[in-house]
Amino acid sequence: MNAISPTLAKMHGRKVTVHYGSKQALFDVDLDVPERMVTALIGPSGCGKSTFLRCLNRMNDVIDGCKVGGEITLDGQDIYDTKLDVVMLRARIGMVFQKPNPFPKSIYDNVAYGPRIHGMASTKGELDEIVRASLEKAGLWKEVKERLDQPGTGLSGGQQQRLCIARAIAVSPEVILMDEPCSALDPIATAKIEELIDELRENFTIVIVTHSMQQAARVSQKTAFFHLGQLIEWGDTEQIFTSPKDERTQGYITGRFG
Amino acid sequence: MSEMAQPATGIKRPDLSQKRIRGRYAAERRFKLYGQLAVGLAIAMLAVLLISVCSKGYSAFYRTEIALDVMLDPAVITPDGKSDAETLGAADYQGLIKEALKTAFPDVTSRGDRKNLYNLVSNGAGNTVRQAVLANPSLIGSTQRFWVVAADDMDMLAKGFIKRDLPEGERVVSDTQIAWYDKLDESGQLRTAFNAVFFSAGDSREPEQAGILGALMGSIFTMLVTVLLALPLGVMSAIYLEEFAPKNRITEIIEVNINNLAAVPSIVFGLLGLAVLLGVFGLPRSAPLVGGMVLALMTLPTIIIATRAALKAVPPSIREAAYGIGASPLQVVSHHVLPLATPGIMTGAIIGLARALGESAPLLMIGMVAFIVDVPHGPTDPATVLPVQIYLWADSPERAFIEKTSAGIMVLLAFLISMNAIAIFVRRKFERRW
Ligand SMILES: Nc1ncnc2c1ncn2[C@@H]1O[C@H](COP(=O)(O)OP(=O)(O)OP(=O)(O)O)[C@@H](O)[C@H]1O
Ligand SMILES: [Mg+2]
Repeated sequence: MNAISPTLAKMHGRKVTVHYGSKQALFDVDLDVPERMVTALIGPSGCGKSTFLRCLNRMNDVIDGCKVGGEITLDGQDIYDTKLDVVMLRARIGMVFQKPNPFPKSIYDNVAYGPRIHGMASTKGELDEIVRASLEKAGLWKEVKERLDQPGTGLSGGQQQRLCIARAIAVSPEVILMDEPCSALDPIATAKIEELIDELRENFTIVIVTHSMQQAARVSQKTAFFHLGQLIEWGDTEQIFTSPKDERTQGYITGRFG
Repeated sequence: MSEMAQPATGIKRPDLSQKRIRGRYAAERRFKLYGQLAVGLAIAMLAVLLISVCSKGYSAFYRTEIALDVMLDPAVITPDGKSDAETLGAADYQGLIKEALKTAFPDVTSRGDRKNLYNLVSNGAGNTVRQAVLANPSLIGSTQRFWVVAADDMDMLAKGFIKRDLPEGERVVSDTQIAWYDKLDESGQLRTAFNAVFFSAGDSREPEQAGILGALMGSIFTMLVTVLLALPLGVMSAIYLEEFAPKNRITEIIEVNINNLAAVPSIVFGLLGLAVLLGVFGLPRSAPLVGGMVLALMTLPTIIIATRAALKAVPPSIREAAYGIGASPLQVVSHHVLPLATPGIMTGAIIGLARALGESAPLLMIGMVAFIVDVPHGPTDPATVLPVQIYLWADSPERAFIEKTSAGIMVLLAFLISMNAIAIFVRRKFERRW
């Protein structure tokens, strides 16, 4: 496996295992997430993509009976270190979920919530600016600037997903984790989000789970293929899609199984 | 199923026959009918209850008054020439009323008849005169007309609850009293007026002087203590158990116990209050403070269970969203989960508190059943509560207490409705589903 040197990568996973109760969901996954690049996680349903993604910002802590083993680092620091503050970690590693889940609050409050709790703005003007910039980056500003006080749940599915992205980037995380962000969206909304991911790459490190081979090929620079809880193969997206080393990868991307 | 719809491959298609569809519609209609019947029955019962209570109780809100020309004799009011408030307040005004009655009915001379005559007015009637004199001492020496409260028997006679056509021996008012009553009535010396005493006095042995305020204040103080203890304690324990506590053997046992506590008969909580709060900690008897604590204990399980259910009902995606941008567990709960759970919590709280408001058994154990005349001014003053007061009145032999009982129930219902209204208001405020 052509692991890039640790200094270049933003995040490292070493021998990551996950148990849900007695059931093992991930087996010794070694994966590096390079900085300012999009890493795509692909694989058949139930293979552990979401599980791995949730390890990266310790969202699995919230699940009862979930045990994570191995080592994951962010900028060389072990994120499962007991001394590390998990709240600060999640502020540095944002997450966008598979299903749009805006808060039942106004559009403005949805985006402003993160900056507020992390003390990122001292004046209303600063906060307004963060909200505007985040919505603009998420490509939603034009559509909602007239109705920032309207409920976020009143937007369409695609708009809600972009709102969730705006909410995630409002706290300026270093890494953004996206779990199938386009699974509920139409092709136009999907295209908008892919465009957005491409732009975000300049400032953020992105890990995205996707079921669409085309999407992985379009937006990512690195691709990792999971199968039955194991990381089968990972590397440059082009290499994975043109000349996969493992026949299971080959089979999956050509649509023979999964 | 028709032959044509059955393809050769043997695929089973849904049975679309008219018979099945009609059957389904009929079942739906039947179900709707049962539902409407049930709701109609419930409303009818409620209406019967309300109408019977109100029709029996509304007469307690007015009373009969008798006009008397009272000679404010300085020899009685200021016997030693001093006219300070203390002397004025201590004078025998009831005596003056009796004099006024004697003057009004000069032909009544025998001792027994006089006693009957004095019984026309309430033995609290002197208070009306006392207040007038205290407010305006210059009246002393003159003869003034006062509207004083009639005795409860006269009141009952006026309201038609005492039947005149019964033989004299079977009713509490004698024929002579009825004759006096009619004479007063003819000369315009009778009137009905709003019964302010009912809303401004505590309990009394005399029905015309008994009021609900004592019990109402008792209930208010008790419920205040209950709300202040049970709501924060219940909600906090529920939040802790649901959101923060590790799921293990100990929390499981706690959960089972809380569920069991909700089913414990209320009198057991009263015994607990008697043994622990009064016995061990020596808190005052008959005090709303203790009553509130006992009722809070009783209400806690209900609030905890309802709050946990409401917290569980908040979609996990909201929690994940908040955790995902780095909210701390406490922030997740207080900013997102709690506001969404508030309507459910309020429903649970109101069910628990409504039960506590109507509860009397546990309060009997801690002495809140005592006959208390003074209106309580704080949660440690001896007091009784509305349901107990209603029970006490229902148990009294005088005819006039029957209407008081129903009026007491009306006040209790009004209290309940206003409590519910507050809860509904809070619900609405938070229920703005975005
Ligand atoms: N909360 C949980 N409790 C128990 N088992 C879980 C839990 N979450 C996931 N699993 C199990 O872990 C395995 C991996 O699940 P995961 O959600 O990571 O799959 P996935 O690759 O994201 O699938 P999909 O593409 O369908 O989203 C599955 O077998 C799943 O049943
Ligand atoms: Mg998944």
